[in-house]
Amino acid sequence: MEVLLALAIFVALVVFVSGPLRHRPREVEEMDAGLADLEARKQAKYAEIRDARLDHAAGKLSDEDFERQDAELRGEAVAILKQLDGVDKPAESGG
Amino acid sequence: MIALGTLCLILALATALFAAGAALYATRRTTGPSALPDRRWVDSSRRAVYAVAALLSGCVLLLEAAFVRSDFGFQLVADHSSTTTPAFYRLTAMWSSQAGSLLLWAWVLSLASSAVLFATRNRHREVVPYATAVLMGLGGFFVSLMLFASSPFVALHPAPAEGLGLNPLLRHPSMMIHPPMLYSGYVMWSIPFAFCIGALAARRLDASWIRSTRRFALIAWTLLSIGILLGARWSYTELGWGGYWGWDPVENASLMPWLAGTAFLHSIMVQERRGMLRVWNVSLIVATFSLALLGTFLVRSGVLQSIHAFGASTVGAPILALIAVVLVGSTLLIVSRLDELRSERRIDSLASRESIFLVNNLLLIGLCAVIFWGTFFPLISEALTGTRASLAAPWFDRYIAPLAIGLVLFAGIGPLLAWRRFSVAAARRIFLWPALAGAAVAAGCLTLADVRAKPLALLLFSFAGFTLAALAQEFARAARARRALDGGTLPRALLAVTARNRRRYGGYVVHAGIAVLMIGVAASSTFQTNRDIELAPGQSARVGSYDVHYVKPTVDIANEKIAFGALLEVRRGSKQFVLSPTRNYYRSQDPSQGPIGRFFQGESTSEVGLRAGIRNDFWTAVRPNIDGLNRAIRDGDRRFARASPDLQGLAIAAVAQSYLTNSPPATFRVIVNPLVSWLWIGALIALTGALIGIWPAAEARRRLTSSYAAKLGRELSRA
Repeated sequence: MEVLLALAIFVALVVFVSGPLRHRPREVEEMDAGLADLEARKQAKYAEIRDARLDHAAGKLSDEDFERQDAELRGEAVAILKQLDGVDKPAESGG
Repeated sequence: MIALGTLCLILALATALFAAGAALYATRRTTGPSALPDRRWVDSSRRAVYAVAALLSGCVLLLEAAFVRSDFGFQLVADHSSTTTPAFYRLTAMWSSQAGSLLLWAWVLSLASSAVLFATRNRHREVVPYATAVLMGLGGFFVSLMLFASSPFVALHPAPAEGLGLNPLLRHPSMMIHPPMLYSGYVMWSIPFAFCIGALAARRLDASWIRSTRRFALIAWTLLSIGILLGARWSYTELGWGGYWGWDPVENASLMPWLAGTAFLHSIMVQERRGMLRVWNVSLIVATFSLALLGTFLVRSGVLQSIHAFGASTVGAPILALIAVVLVGSTLLIVSRLDELRSERRIDSLASRESIFLVNNLLLIGLCAVIFWGTFFPLISEALTGTRASLAAPWFDRYIAPLAIGLVLFAGIGPLLAWRRFSVAAARRIFLWPALAGAAVAAGCLTLADVRAKPLALLLFSFAGFTLAALAQEFARAARARRALDGGTLPRALLAVTARNRRRYGGYVVHAGIAVLMIGVAASSTFQTNRDIELAPGQSARVGSYDVHYVKPTVDIANEKIAFGALLEVRRGSKQFVLSPTRNYYRSQDPSQGPIGRFFQGESTSEVGLRAGIRNDFWTAVRPNIDGLNRAIRDGDRRFARASPDLQGLAIAAVAQSYLTNSPPATFRVIVNPLVSWLWIGALIALTGALIGIWPAAEARRRLTSSYAAKLGRELSRA
């Protein structure tokens, strides 16, 4: 009984693990690593801009500091958006 | 079933090695224009990790079934359980053994690896294969230890009729959860570590590996915190010495990765926001994971004397070798990537949140370094002088107290500051109320003579007051600002602001919990009243403001233990309560010690009498004087050596009952612990904050849902 059970486990294991090697790779929505990183950086930058707005409203940042910081952050966000556009364009033209 | 268990372990090892090999092979077989690792081999290696998790789950089920059935054909079951062990403890006896805890390590690792690889199945294809190889290298290592050094599947022929039972010290509810929490905490640090190594190997040195494993790091921190907390609670209520922390090597071993991990959780925020501290972050996660391995090594090697380490073993050397490989390999990898890891940015201002994070990191690592030195001093002194010398609690207190006080202060300063820079005008506005609160606490404490005489405690209470006020102000200001932007009521705005940024405000709740916890630690360790008193039945004594009256002795005889105790009436002013501390004597498994004597030759444990309160805990443990029973025990052993079990039971009862009729004075350790309940309350607050931080943000959940909605839309349009 134990031998049969062990054999069944072994066969199931081999079939399960070797599955992807026996078939063509599945079609998946896989985000390009560079694009994924830029997207994550964009979200992080947006969070920074929102935090700075909240810090200003909470009195932690003076008007002058906030304006300077907000301009810096927005500049950085625009740079990321431009990079994102650059990554997106070839995909659009190709697809 | 034993053979099946061993076979599952062999298959788990082979599958783990395949997973690591296939993952590395995938990095050699790049495909597509971006030269990504071969998807088929990556998928196969991920499936192999799932299979390892399934196989090890099978091993755990087999062992648990054996414990439930009291199948003493398993040596592990015979050595750590018995038919009289309550089912509650039989289920958890697995991890009281070395082989069982190795299985727990490997099993949790396989489950956590499966979870993270499932979460990243469509992302980070450059990093994931290397991370898989690291995780399965570790998994293979621990499964190898079970197969070649300490197997949980060893058969006993013939199976004994009865097992040795569980170590009495481990029969405590905390012990059901403490080891798996602690081990899970240790193991979960392997996830950010593996992804860090993957990122270094693949030269993907941005913050993406941090974003993907941040939640796992927070879960590791939370589990480790729960483990440490339950261990402290167990010490307080079970070990009978009255403390919750004794700077024991195994306790320290769990605190070191907690401190390094706390530093890591803070400094990764700086990298995510500002792209700075990259070298520091990769070094911190390597240190945290190495310290987690060191914790496993200290519990299992027996190299240092500890109240928590259950026996020396043969797996110490291989674990030490693994730590060496992790440290050397990681260091070489970091050094080889130093140019790419260098940050392009500098800290703008010392008055910024990122600079406070750096100070906080230095304090945490300072604490870790002090504890490391104190823990390993016996080995260092032996190596240098030939004599093993230990450093006691006062040494630790001298260095730990100032650093911990600084940490409490910066737990309040950090949240007050904005990122990047902070103006003097804003500083005046923001710091005013917290500083006044801290000063008010200091002034209040100065009216108390006891606190006046203890400047460090005074400082800590004041800083904790400052920090709690700062955090309350943060919540209030954020809620008001949110209300100004969105409208609504203040409580609704408070909830909204927390929900929108769970990580930030969950973190603030953790800071508040730690400040409260430190109040409990400082008060209970500085102002504790601790006395050993000897009382005969009917006598009374005064301890602090409590009158303690020893009413009568008690005896309770169970199948595997005799409990000698005392009934105490305790009075404080008009309030009165009753406590029943006992000392349990567990029957040894050696029948040559006699039918009665074997009860007094085995393990003994304390069941403390505890009256917990918001202001004070009244804690007592009894050490009964049973010398007067020695003659009756000797006589009984001689007369009833060959008697029937029933007759032996009557003899044991007679000897035990004689303690009631002729009871000598007993020694009581009585401790009045001020504010110690706040330690546990603070810990619960901190854990609540951690859970808030772990819970996915509404925005992330929305993104997830919308990505599924988009996918559904695409697939429907195809159909």
